[in-house]
Amino acid sequence: MISQFFVLSQRGDSIVFRDYRGDVPKGSAEIFFRKVKFWKEDGGEEAPPVFNVDGVNYFHVKVVGLLFVATSRTNLSPSLVLELLQRIARVIKDYLGVLNEDSLRKNFVLVYELLDEVVDFGYVQTTSTEILKSYIFNEPIMIDAGRLPPLGPAAMFMQGSKRMPGTAITKSVVANEPGGRKREEIFVDIIEKISITFSSSGYILTSEIDGTIQMKSYLTGNPEIRLALNEDLGIGRAGGRSAYDYGGSAGSGAVVLDDCNFHESVQLDSFDVDRTLTLVPPDGEFPVMNYRITQEFKPPFRINTLIEEAGSLKAEVILKIRAEFPSDITANTILVQMPLPAYTSRVSFELEPGTVGQTTDFKESNKRLEWSLKKVVGGSDHTLRAKLTFSQESHGNITKEAGPVSMTFTIPMHNPSRLQVKYLQIAKKSKTYNPYRWVRYVTQANSYVARI
Amino acid sequence: MAPPAQTNRSPSPSQPSGKGEVSDLKMQLRQLAGSRAPGTDDAKRELFKKVISCMTIGIDVSSVFSEMVMCSATSDIVLKKMCYLYVGNYAKHNPDLALLTINFLQRDCKDEDPMIRGLALRSLCSLRVTNLVEYLVGPLGAGLKDSNSYVRTVAAMGVLKLYHISESTCMDADFPATLKHLMLNDREAQVVANCLCALQEIWGLEATKSEEASTERETLLSKPLIYYLLNRFKEFSEWAQCAVLDLVSKYVPSDSNEIFDMMNLLEDRLQHANGAVVLATIKLFLQLTLSMADIHQQVYERIKAPLLTLVSSGGPEQSYAVLSHLHLLVMRAPYIFSADYKHFYCQYNEPFYVKKLKLEMLTAVANESNTYEIVTELCEYAANVDIPMARESIRAVGKIALQQYDVNAIVDRLLQFLEMEKDHVTAETLVLVKDLLRKYPQWSHDCIAVVGNISSKNVQEPKAKAALIWMLGEYAQDMPDAPYVLESLIENWEEEHSAEVRSCSALALSEKEMEEPVRLHLLTAVVKCFFRRPPETQKALGAALAAGVNDFHQDVHDRALLYYRLLQYNVSIAERVVNPPKQAVSVFADTQSNEIKDRIFDEFNSLSVVYQKPSYMFTDKEHRGPFAFSEEIGNISLGEESTGNVVPAQRIEANDKDLLLSTSDKEESKGSIHNSSAYSAPGYDGSLAAPSQTDLVSLDYKPTPNVPSATFAIDDLLGLGLPAAASPPPPPPVLKLNTKAALEPNAFQQKWRQLPISISQETSINPQGVAIMTSPQTLIHHMQGHSIHCIASGGQAPNFKFFFYAQKAEEPSTYLVECVVNASSCKVQLKIKADDQSTSQAFSELFQSALSKFGFS
Repeated sequence: MISQFFVLSQRGDSIVFRDYRGDVPKGSAEIFFRKVKFWKEDGGEEAPPVFNVDGVNYFHVKVVGLLFVATSRTNLSPSLVLELLQRIARVIKDYLGVLNEDSLRKNFVLVYELLDEVVDFGYVQTTSTEILKSYIFNEPIMIDAGRLPPLGPAAMFMQGSKRMPGTAITKSVVANEPGGRKREEIFVDIIEKISITFSSSGYILTSEIDGTIQMKSYLTGNPEIRLALNEDLGIGRAGGRSAYDYGGSAGSGAVVLDDCNFHESVQLDSFDVDRTLTLVPPDGEFPVMNYRITQEFKPPFRINTLIEEAGSLKAEVILKIRAEFPSDITANTILVQMPLPAYTSRVSFELEPGTVGQTTDFKESNKRLEWSLKKVVGGSDHTLRAKLTFSQESHGNITKEAGPVSMTFTIPMHNPSRLQVKYLQIAKKSKTYNPYRWVRYVTQANSYVARI
Repeated sequence: MAPPAQTNRSPSPSQPSGKGEVSDLKMQLRQLAGSRAPGTDDAKRELFKKVISCMTIGIDVSSVFSEMVMCSATSDIVLKKMCYLYVGNYAKHNPDLALLTINFLQRDCKDEDPMIRGLALRSLCSLRVTNLVEYLVGPLGAGLKDSNSYVRTVAAMGVLKLYHISESTCMDADFPATLKHLMLNDREAQVVANCLCALQEIWGLEATKSEEASTERETLLSKPLIYYLLNRFKEFSEWAQCAVLDLVSKYVPSDSNEIFDMMNLLEDRLQHANGAVVLATIKLFLQLTLSMADIHQQVYERIKAPLLTLVSSGGPEQSYAVLSHLHLLVMRAPYIFSADYKHFYCQYNEPFYVKKLKLEMLTAVANESNTYEIVTELCEYAANVDIPMARESIRAVGKIALQQYDVNAIVDRLLQFLEMEKDHVTAETLVLVKDLLRKYPQWSHDCIAVVGNISSKNVQEPKAKAALIWMLGEYAQDMPDAPYVLESLIENWEEEHSAEVRSCSALALSEKEMEEPVRLHLLTAVVKCFFRRPPETQKALGAALAAGVNDFHQDVHDRALLYYRLLQYNVSIAERVVNPPKQAVSVFADTQSNEIKDRIFDEFNSLSVVYQKPSYMFTDKEHRGPFAFSEEIGNISLGEESTGNVVPAQRIEANDKDLLLSTSDKEESKGSIHNSSAYSAPGYDGSLAAPSQTDLVSLDYKPTPNVPSATFAIDDLLGLGLPAAASPPPPPPVLKLNTKAALEPNAFQQKWRQLPISISQETSINPQGVAIMTSPQTLIHHMQGHSIHCIASGGQAPNFKFFFYAQKAEEPSTYLVECVVNASSCKVQLKIKADDQSTSQAFSELFQSALSKFGFS
């Protein structure tokens, strides 16, 4: 059982603080914050999510820059506590619409109300947004979401894509719409985080897709929903083959998941037959299904790096990225980074003539090159030339002192796995009942690395 | 419910300025207390909010206690909740004021609205004031019988709260019995779950005081209760499911049918999106199948994919918690994960603590088929700009080399590291090259050629310096300038010395400790070098000894003096002492003992796994939970095998565990063979086809694992009627053993626990014997021919573990032996315990003579 729960701001102030058992001294929040801020143990500079100070165990997760913390004196399951902290954040977000320091401060009474019902004397009672509704009496005070960095994977829909109603993700499950009537709608997001490592010759060393089907329902009366996926979807790799077998299965054939797991509301009765998931979605945001794929897929970007030495104190780095997805799709917020040799003193950049929406930077403190691109249209090429000046002579092989090149990006309406929601069926209550359904796809880079 | 008044709300209610504001609040509250004007509630809400916000940021607002209580006469539930929160926070330190609240809380406990009843009861129980407990009993009793399930869930927790305030009040009111009744009968699953949690805590704490409570605690693990909970399993919330799974994992099923029923019932929990549920299920599965080797291994195979999925879904924090557990499993059974090594590759954006776990896993799963790729990947990390990561990666490469796989290629890689000319890379690599040479002296030629090129000026880190110095001394004849390099290092002796004196701060102290081994190494290296190349080294030797004798550090001083006197006495004797012929190191000491590892495994799905420590090392006794091991264990030192006569409590227990594992094997094995098909979950089929070679624990007493033969097993256990036993023992030293010795497994366990270790030693086994030792059986039969009987065995190639026993021919005096055979290094670790300590040496000789004949007969 947990002893305390608290939320700290980035500066270490308690925004909410709830003591459930009174067996951990009051100063725990300060002890925790100091430990996390000045972490220096085991060679790392980042505090692990769980640590022990003087017999008190501290668990924490970071959500939108806030620290959600639990303390305990007992030897609990770390998974349970960390999962709980994440769920508390999610429940709060469901109620407040937007989760950030400002909304928490404005609604801390409501948050206390939630915390009272979620945990009693350190034992979890419920984390279901739905069940909690009957215990919550405060109304959320909405904050202006326009300027705020939104939370969670669904946030990526905010940029670039006009098809999405931007208000959806900042809507509270309890607050009424300005018009007094709730809009009947349901969101299904297929979010895929991809990891690829390219060898220096461009060959794919490892690749993985970590996918989630995320759902957020604003349907009244909790109708049953049927979600149909690709009919030929396979689960589990064939026994004899290694998990990384790139033998010619690309382009054609079925989507094969290595493994997947499901939210507890999901009925799998017909899943084995026709790949349909049946569920009565609870209120709030939740993952219907998580999946993992190591089957080969087409990488959305190719990265080429060329390093040319020009005398003993100079070198030129040429970075080229090629977008290998259809031209009707646009990736956004692309960032390419590359560590440069530690003795690099100056970098001058040269972009292709006529480019817009691209910026370059040399981060002096960690000797890192940064190239950011607002948008990249499918099928296009982009090149950056960087001239490096060194403060001392290089030891010969610059490639050993620099790299690898890493990339982050978001590609809306594209998913490399080709997993699809074929249809989304809502049990009808009446002829006129026709709620809005939004099925959205998005791809994000998790670890996208090219060695040089 | 009306929304809060928006008019005069300050933009940020949670940033009050301090003291002035508190007295301000006090006044405003007082004004509102009696008011019945419309809109009062809204005004109160605003004030209450300000009070709570002060409380949150740590401003003491206890001075408004009476005003808050006065204002709490309201029907507004939001106000009530804020008031309860406030009261709960300050009551403990203001017991007199807390009395003021009793009245309205008791009244609310009888409210028509079940929500109010529940809230009031919860607050009442949360006051934590000892002299108010008398007011709790009535409302709690009523709450447990309330018609509304919400009130009952609150009441169940309330009992636990009462117990923590006043144990006697709680026990006197007989609340635990009421909870038990509720647990078995309530139709609401959350009530059942809360009763279970409360009872586990209460009986766990009471058990040390009363026999009765300890029996009650046992009944929580009784078959009817476990089955009752499992039958209602789907009704529980995911969190309550975790609690139930945790309880069930401590239950000992009576037969394998039960085990398979449970596993089939819970199989779908492995697909749950909540990692806590999955890990709790995995713990249960692992515990259930501990005694069924083949099924246990199938469980490993089955849980692999769900674990990997959990690692990659969810937030980085949850992923870390799961990864720690995966790490534990990989370390226990690396060969099961050896094909999955690519999952353990590091991603550039992962935090260091994740990368470190992954590197350890990569090291563990390295085998003949994947070493090349793993080492190639590790070499990429070694060139990383992230220095801690680079260091860890180099260490990982070294560890793989020490595991004997493809050493040749790895040595080349390590030597390439030295050519990278990065100081931290050089330093790490030197330490590794040193260890490698200690294990594989045959590589000295290649290594020394490269090491000789390193300028000692580029090596600053003490560990690396010590390594380099060791190599200079050890291979002085192969490195032309060894004496001169040593000489220049000795010249710096004083510099280092004075550098230390200068920095006396606490921080520098650790550096000073580090430098001491460098100087010790330097002394030894110079002396060794002197034996090989006396004329060249003489000058350096003199300087080193002089510096050493004058060193302020006692150890350095003593060692220098020892060398000086030895050399004075007789140079050739000195050489025998300082530089005797060395045997290659076969196995480097593991940092964590098996006992500790087993203990952590028993605490699967807890912090022990993340910290890599058993819970007694980081948890106070009273917080160890109801079923944790209760013994206080003080005197264990990590990583050291105690060889003394006193057996620490923990060792005994761990030994027990070993025995339990292999002996219960015997009881279960029949069932497992007949019933393994009963567990029909995917991935468990075809279990019998699994080759016995890869079994985690193979059954020892059957000639072939697929032929169950109960009678034969019993014969063997009792040491009766086997033809092999009749053959006369070879000429024994004085001691005669009973050829028909008999010992019950239980008796063995008991004896093993009671007796101290009388002899613990390492010996070797004939390689020809090893060659025929494809399974433990061969050795068991051989030993039986020498009247030494096996009671349990296990392990997989190349490591086997046996427990033997023997009895004196004339009297019932017993010898017990734990025998660990490493087939690849032909080494055998023996631990002998004896009823009659005086003859244990004789028995040891007899045992070893029997062992040495293995392979010739």
